[in-house]
Amino acid sequence: MANLVIAEHDHGSLKAATLNVISAASAIGGDVHVLVAGHNASAAAAAAAQVAGVSKVLLADSAAHANLLPESAAAQVVAVAAAYSHILAPATAYGKGVAPRVAALLDKAQISDIIKVVDADTFVRPIYAGNAYATVKSSDSVKVVTVRGTAFAAAATSGGSGTVENVMAVADSGLSTFVSAEITKSERPELTAAKIIVSGGRGLGSGEKYREVLTPLADKLNAAMGASRAAVDAGFVPNDYQVGQTGKIVAPDLYIAVGISGAIQHLAGMKDSKVIVAINKDPDAPIFGVADYGLVGDLFEAVPQLVAAL
Amino acid sequence: MKILVPVKRVVDYNVKVRVKADNTGVDIANVKMSMNPFCEIAVEEAVRLREKSVATEVIAVSAGVVQCQETLRNAMAIGADRGILIETDVELQPLAVAKLLKAIVDKEQPGLVILGKQAIDDDANQTGQMLAALLGWGQATFASKVEVAGDVATVTREIDGGAETVAIKLPAIITTDLRLNEPRYATLPNIMKAKKKQLDIFKPADLGVDVTPRLTTLRVDEPPKRQGGVKVADVAALIDKLKNEAKVI
Repeated sequence: MANLVIAEHDHGSLKAATLNVISAASAIGGDVHVLVAGHNASAAAAAAAQVAGVSKVLLADSAAHANLLPESAAAQVVAVAAAYSHILAPATAYGKGVAPRVAALLDKAQISDIIKVVDADTFVRPIYAGNAYATVKSSDSVKVVTVRGTAFAAAATSGGSGTVENVMAVADSGLSTFVSAEITKSERPELTAAKIIVSGGRGLGSGEKYREVLTPLADKLNAAMGASRAAVDAGFVPNDYQVGQTGKIVAPDLYIAVGISGAIQHLAGMKDSKVIVAINKDPDAPIFGVADYGLVGDLFEAVPQLVAAL
Repeated sequence: MKILVPVKRVVDYNVKVRVKADNTGVDIANVKMSMNPFCEIAVEEAVRLREKSVATEVIAVSAGVVQCQETLRNAMAIGADRGILIETDVELQPLAVAKLLKAIVDKEQPGLVILGKQAIDDDANQTGQMLAALLGWGQATFASKVEVAGDVATVTREIDGGAETVAIKLPAIITTDLRLNEPRYATLPNIMKAKKKQLDIFKPADLGVDVTPRLTTLRVDEPPKRQGGVKVADVAALIDKLKNEAKVI
């Protein structure tokens, strides 16, 4: 039995989420192989081969994979799928695009967003915005799974001694083409991998205030910056800041929620954080129900005081 | 061009569900049911494309219990022209839904299928991508902007690092993210009109689709409860707690 991990990468290196998926694959048991479908991606493949627990890396190197489009990626996975009992991908925008296509092409169910491996057929996954955990067992011969990164520790990036094997790349699907990307540039840690997150909600009032109040705090703590859906909908910050059921799922050591009331959809994205701090002027805000430390007060006074005192 | 919009009946997003005492599932008896919010956005987008004369007809389709008719009427009140229900009491999983939808696509030959990116009950985020694969079509998931010109849709997608724009050849699949549009409220006259619109009903067997579940839910549990902590008096007390008790800064 062997497990195939679909790597998320930028051709030159692995994305952090891939390391969590490798851990989940190791938890299932059996050999762990990694597929890198990319263009001029030998550096990403070499990095994957070094990851603890990985015994083989399949590199499909082709211009067809230059833009990591899901149609070609899924076809590539299916082309090598025969040898595997489990196919795993990160539950990220990339993995969610590819894995269901793979499952459908193989006529298998997909199990989304697993947070625990019970045994080779059985997994735990959150449903209803994390308000319930379902234990599901698959009767399919091949399990296609996406993995919630925060639920599995990242595999070590060294210590592995996998071999890299080139595999024949599939032809470009011709179904979609990449036009452009607007990637938010930031010197800060990535939201899903950050140790500390400073997150803002509607209580900040505007994009200017969001930046004016929260940036100094995030700078002091070397924190990533996040937001509630309300703040994103109101245009304070771009969509990739959103933490919640349909945004990013995070679990940092410290999550500081500023001016966030705590809708269940937001809590779904952050309630596994180790320590939660809430600063809100409404003492009845639901965020206080999950916060380890709550400060009731005006955020425009409290946050600058916090920055000054740190 | 026809646009097909699959819609799902789910527990209303304002309801906090409870796990049943016997751990067999969540209690949805007497709970308010609504159209999945992402499906509403999909209906709105399809109706806007018809209003811009990009599309000629918007067909809403749902799969599930007989009460899904209400969800379809709701879609027709927003502006869908007619509805199709694939009626079954079997628990439908995404692969089965994708197969049912493929059968409807084969019948109706739409140029575009617009779906919600995920349903807020099972949070699976699979059906659109599975349907695209079964049809051999391109997909643009998590759409925040859609423009259709000729036989190409240019779609801006919300991705982890920001936004990405792709061009997909029609026919194709688009799944909606939150910020694609703000669905209109169904007006009373439109709700009345929707009651008279055509609604066809099929069974999975009529479409030749086996909907047997592949996954069995063994049990459903409450997630570990997070204990609310303490309220601190001021910023100094907060810093003291973070430094000396939680030791996170």
